[in-house]
Amino acid sequence: MRKLKWPYTLTVSRRCQWIALCSCLILVFFVGCSQSPRPSNKIILWHWMTDCNDTFLKLAQQYKQETGIEVVVRLFAPSDSYSQMIIAAAQAHVLPDIYGILNTKAIVADFIKAGLVADLTDDMNANGGAWANSLFDKALADKRFEQGNIYGVKGGIYGVPIDVTNEQMLYNKKLLAKAGITSPPRTYDEFIKDAQALNRVGIAPFVSGWGELWLIDCFASNYAFNIMGDDKIFSTYYGQTKYTDPDWIKVFSVFADLRDKGVLIDGIVTKGNKYAEQDFALERAAFAFNGSWCVNVYHDMNPNLDYGVMPPPAIGRAYPLKIWGGAGSSFVVNANSPNKDKAIAFLKWLTERKQQVILARETNKLPSNKEALKEALLAGSPVLGEFSKGMNQSTHPTIWPVNEDPLVTQAFDKGIQAIIIGDKTPQQVAEDVQNLKDRQMARGN
Amino acid sequence: MNSKAKAAAIYKDNLQNFFFVLPAFVIFCIFYIYPFLNMIFLSFHEWKGIGLMHFIGLQNYKELIGDNLWWDSMVHAGYITLIALTFQNALAFALALACDRQIRMKRFYCMVFFIPPVLSEVVVGLIWNWILNPEMQAGQHIGLLNHLLFSSGLPQMVHNWLGDPKTALTTIAIVHSWKGFGWGFIMLLAGLQTIDKQLYEAAKIDGAGAWQTFINVTIPMMLPVILVVMILTILGSMQVFVLILSMVNEGLVNHTDVPVTRILSSMTGTDRFGYACAEAVIFGMILVCVSFMMKKLSDRVKQI
Amino acid sequence: MKTNKYVLWGMAKSTLIHVFLMGVALTCLFPIFWMVRCAFMTNETVFVDKAFIPHHLNFGNFAIAWTKGNFGVYFLNSIIYTVCVVGGIVLVSSLAAFSFSRLKFPGKNIIFYLFVAAMMIPLPGSFVALFVLMNKLHLINTRFGYILCMINVGLSMSILLLKTFFDKMPHDLEDAARIDGCSKIGIWWHVALPLARPAIAVIVIFNSLNVWNEYILATLLLGDSQLMPLQRGLMVFQGANSTDYPVLMAGLTMAAIPIIMVYLTMQKHIIKGLSLGEVAG
Repeated sequence: MRKLKWPYTLTVSRRCQWIALCSCLILVFFVGCSQSPRPSNKIILWHWMTDCNDTFLKLAQQYKQETGIEVVVRLFAPSDSYSQMIIAAAQAHVLPDIYGILNTKAIVADFIKAGLVADLTDDMNANGGAWANSLFDKALADKRFEQGNIYGVKGGIYGVPIDVTNEQMLYNKKLLAKAGITSPPRTYDEFIKDAQALNRVGIAPFVSGWGELWLIDCFASNYAFNIMGDDKIFSTYYGQTKYTDPDWIKVFSVFADLRDKGVLIDGIVTKGNKYAEQDFALERAAFAFNGSWCVNVYHDMNPNLDYGVMPPPAIGRAYPLKIWGGAGSSFVVNANSPNKDKAIAFLKWLTERKQQVILARETNKLPSNKEALKEALLAGSPVLGEFSKGMNQSTHPTIWPVNEDPLVTQAFDKGIQAIIIGDKTPQQVAEDVQNLKDRQMARGN
Repeated sequence: MNSKAKAAAIYKDNLQNFFFVLPAFVIFCIFYIYPFLNMIFLSFHEWKGIGLMHFIGLQNYKELIGDNLWWDSMVHAGYITLIALTFQNALAFALALACDRQIRMKRFYCMVFFIPPVLSEVVVGLIWNWILNPEMQAGQHIGLLNHLLFSSGLPQMVHNWLGDPKTALTTIAIVHSWKGFGWGFIMLLAGLQTIDKQLYEAAKIDGAGAWQTFINVTIPMMLPVILVVMILTILGSMQVFVLILSMVNEGLVNHTDVPVTRILSSMTGTDRFGYACAEAVIFGMILVCVSFMMKKLSDRVKQI
Repeated sequence: MKTNKYVLWGMAKSTLIHVFLMGVALTCLFPIFWMVRCAFMTNETVFVDKAFIPHHLNFGNFAIAWTKGNFGVYFLNSIIYTVCVVGGIVLVSSLAAFSFSRLKFPGKNIIFYLFVAAMMIPLPGSFVALFVLMNKLHLINTRFGYILCMINVGLSMSILLLKTFFDKMPHDLEDAARIDGCSKIGIWWHVALPLARPAIAVIVIFNSLNVWNEYILATLLLGDSQLMPLQRGLMVFQGANSTDYPVLMAGLTMAAIPIIMVYLTMQKHIIKGLSLGEVAG
C-alpha cells in the first residue's frame, strides 16, 4: 500500500474541518498581527479607574469634536494589574502617551530618572502659572518634586492631578441616635464612650477595610501625627528615632485600646474595603473610615443613608491630627512620545473647569480644579462638601521629605493587624519593626 | 555500508519522532523556558521593577533561608494540601463509589458535583464570605453558618471562622476542598468504570464481602488513577492563592499566607522583584522534589 | 425471614447513600441558586431581602449585563479562544504525548520531565519577561498571541495525562495497524486518539474551563476591547470601589451556562469512550 501523506487519508469532511481551522488561525494571525503606524493625531491613554471609564470615553468624544484629535482610552483593572502593565510596558518600551504611576514616590522618581516622564514644570508655569494656579496646591504636590529632594530628581512638576481625595471618618446619624448620641465625638475619649454606648444597644461601632494594609497605615499615620508631630515621624524614617520610642508605642497602643474597648467590628483585619463599604452602607456599623470616593459607593447601595464626615477624633492637643489627602489620581506624560505636546494639551483641557465639573458630577469625586469645586458642590452631595473641608488639615506620603522602606511599612501594618487580633503586644510589634528597620538600614536602604 | 544506512535510518526515524514533539516544544520554549530563565536571572539581582538591576549574587537566597514568614507559608500550604489529600479525595472517592452503581439520577449527580470547579473564584469568594460572615445586625447573625448554628441549638459553636488564627486556615482548606472535589470525582469515577466487571463477579463467586472486594479488587485496579489524582491535588493545593485573596483579602496577618501570596506580596507590596523570583525558584524546586518522591512511591507501589 | 432482612438492609443502605449524595449535592447547588437569586434583585435589595425567593423579581439585569457588558462581542471572543486553544492543545499535546509514550528519540525523557516540571514552578513574576517577548514578536494585543500563550498554560498537564493514558494502551492494536502499513501519524490518528477519548474529554473540560474563566492574562495581553474575553468584560461590573452585584451575578450566570454545557457533552464521551474502548484481556 502506497504510503500516503496524512491529510489525504482523512475523510473529506474531516479534511474540510482541518482546512477551515487552519485558515481561521491564519486569518486571525494576520488580522491580529497587522499594526498600522500610529497617525499623529491620536493619543493613547491608559487608566485603571473602572468607575470613570464611561466619563473618560464621553470626554474623549467631546475632545475629538472640539479639536479633531482622537484620544484612545484603555482601561486595565484592577489597579494591581495596572501597575504590572506599566512596569512591563516600560521594559518593552511601549508606554502610552498618557498613563499613571500608582507606586510609591521612590518608584515615580525611578521612572523620571529613566526618562519616561515628561517634565511639565514649564507648561504649568506658563502665562504666569495659569495652569498651576487653577489646580489645588495639595493635588499638584502629588507628582511635584522639591529642589534637592532625596531621590535625586530635578525639582519640578511631573504629573497632572485629575481629582482630589482624602480619607476621614464617617458616622451614621440614625444609628448614633439609636444609641442616644446626639452629636459626633470630638475627642478620642468621647469616641470610646460612644462606641461603648453603641455596643450596649447591639450596634457594631466601627468598620474599615483594614484587610488592606494601606488603610491601616493611613489611620495609624493620622494618629502618629497627632501624638508626636512631623519631625519625629520623619526622623524615624531617616533612622534616627527608633520605633521602640514611647511615642510609637502610644500609636500602637491606640489599636490595642480600640480592640479592648470593643470598638472594632468582628473580622476587621480580613475585611477588604469593598466589604467594609457594604457594611457601612447597609447600616451594620455606626462609624467608618474611608476615602471620599465612598460617596458614590454609598449612594449606589443605599441612597437614603444619612451620614456625616469628620476627621478621626484627636488624642490630646500636643500636635494636630492630620488626615491623608491630595491627588486622587494623576496622569503623567510619556517623555518619549511623539505626541507629547498633544498629550499635555489634552490633560490641560481635562483639568479645565468645565470638564472637571462633568467628571465631578458623574463620578461624585472632588475635582482638582479650584473653580470647579464650588460648582460641583452646589449640585453634588452635601457630604462631598464635608469631605472637601478636611483638605485644610491634610498631608500625604507623597509630599513628605522622606518615606519609609516598603518592607518596614509592611511589617508595621501587619504588626498592627497582629495587635488587633491579640497575637502580639504593642511592645513586641515595636521591637519587631525596629529589628527589621535596623536590618534594612544596615543594607543601605 | 549496511551500518551507515542503518545509522541514517535511525537518525531519520529519531528526527521524525522528534517532529511529533516539536510544536509543543517550540511553544513551551517561547512561553515558558524563556520567562523561566529570565526569572532565574532576576533572582540573582535586586530590582524594583524600573531602573537598574543590581547584581547581588546569592543574597536573595540567603535572606530567604532565614525568612520565617516564607517557611511558615510553606507549612500553611502543606496543611491545606494535607486536608485536600485526605478530606477532599476521600469525599471524591466515596462519591465516586456511590455513583458507580446503576442508581437513578447518576447523570444529575455527575453534573451537580462538577459545579464548584466551574464557578469562578469571584463567586466562590463572595458566597463563602457571606456564609462565614461573623457580624451581627439587629440581634441577628448575618453569616449563614453562624445563623444556622445559632438557630439549630448550638450557640456555643458560633465563631469568627475566618478571623480566628486557629480556625482560619482550616476553614480555607475546607472551602478549597469543596471547590476541588469535582475534579477528583470525575477522574475516580472514570477510573472505577474501567474496572472489568468480571473481576467483581469473580470476587463474589469466591465469597468476598463488600469490604474485601474493595481492598482486593477496587483499590489495586484504581492505584494508577489514585496516584495521578494525588499528584494533581498536591500541585493544585500548593499553588492555591486566588481563593485566599478573595476570602481573607491580603490574609489574616500572616496566618493564612501561602507561598504564592508571599511571592505576590514581594512583587506588588514591596517592589522586590528579585526576591520574588528567588522565592518562586525555591518553591518550584521543592515541588519538583515532592513530585519526584511521589513518582518513586508510585513506582514502588506498582511493583507490589 | 432472611430475604426480608436482606431487602431491608439493602433499602437502608441505598437510602443512606442517597442522603449522603443529596447532602453534598445541595452544598454544590447552593451557589448556583444564590447567584441566580441575586441576579433577579436590584442593587438596593440584594443584601436586604432575606427571603429565599426574592419578593420582587427584576428581569432587567440580564439585559443590562448583555448590553452594558458588551456581552455579544466578549461571548464570541471567549468562544473563539476556547475553541482554538482547546483544539490546539488537544492536537499539540496528543502528538507530543504519543511520541513520549510510543516513539523513541534521544533526549525524550529529559524533555518530558521538563514539561512535567513546568507544572510545578509557578511564574507569577514572569509576566514582565513575557510581555517584552510578546512585544518583540508583535504578538501583543493579537488574538493569535493570546491563543498561543493559553495553549502553553494547559500544555504540561495535558501531556502528562495523555502520556499516562497512552502508556496503558495495549500494544497489539498498534502492532496490527503498523502491519497494515499505517504511518506513525496514521497510528496516532486512527488508533491512539480514539482509544484515548476519555482522557481527551477530561483535557477538553479542564482546558475549556481554564480558558473560559481566565482573565489575568487576558487583561495583560489584550488591550483592545474588541478582543477581550467574557471574564474581562465582567470585570467592568466590579468597579474599583462600587460593585453592581445583581448585574454581575446576571453576567456570571450567563457566563457559566456554556461551560456547563461543554461539561455535559464531554461527560457523555468519558462514559461512552470507557465502555466502548474496553479491550478484552
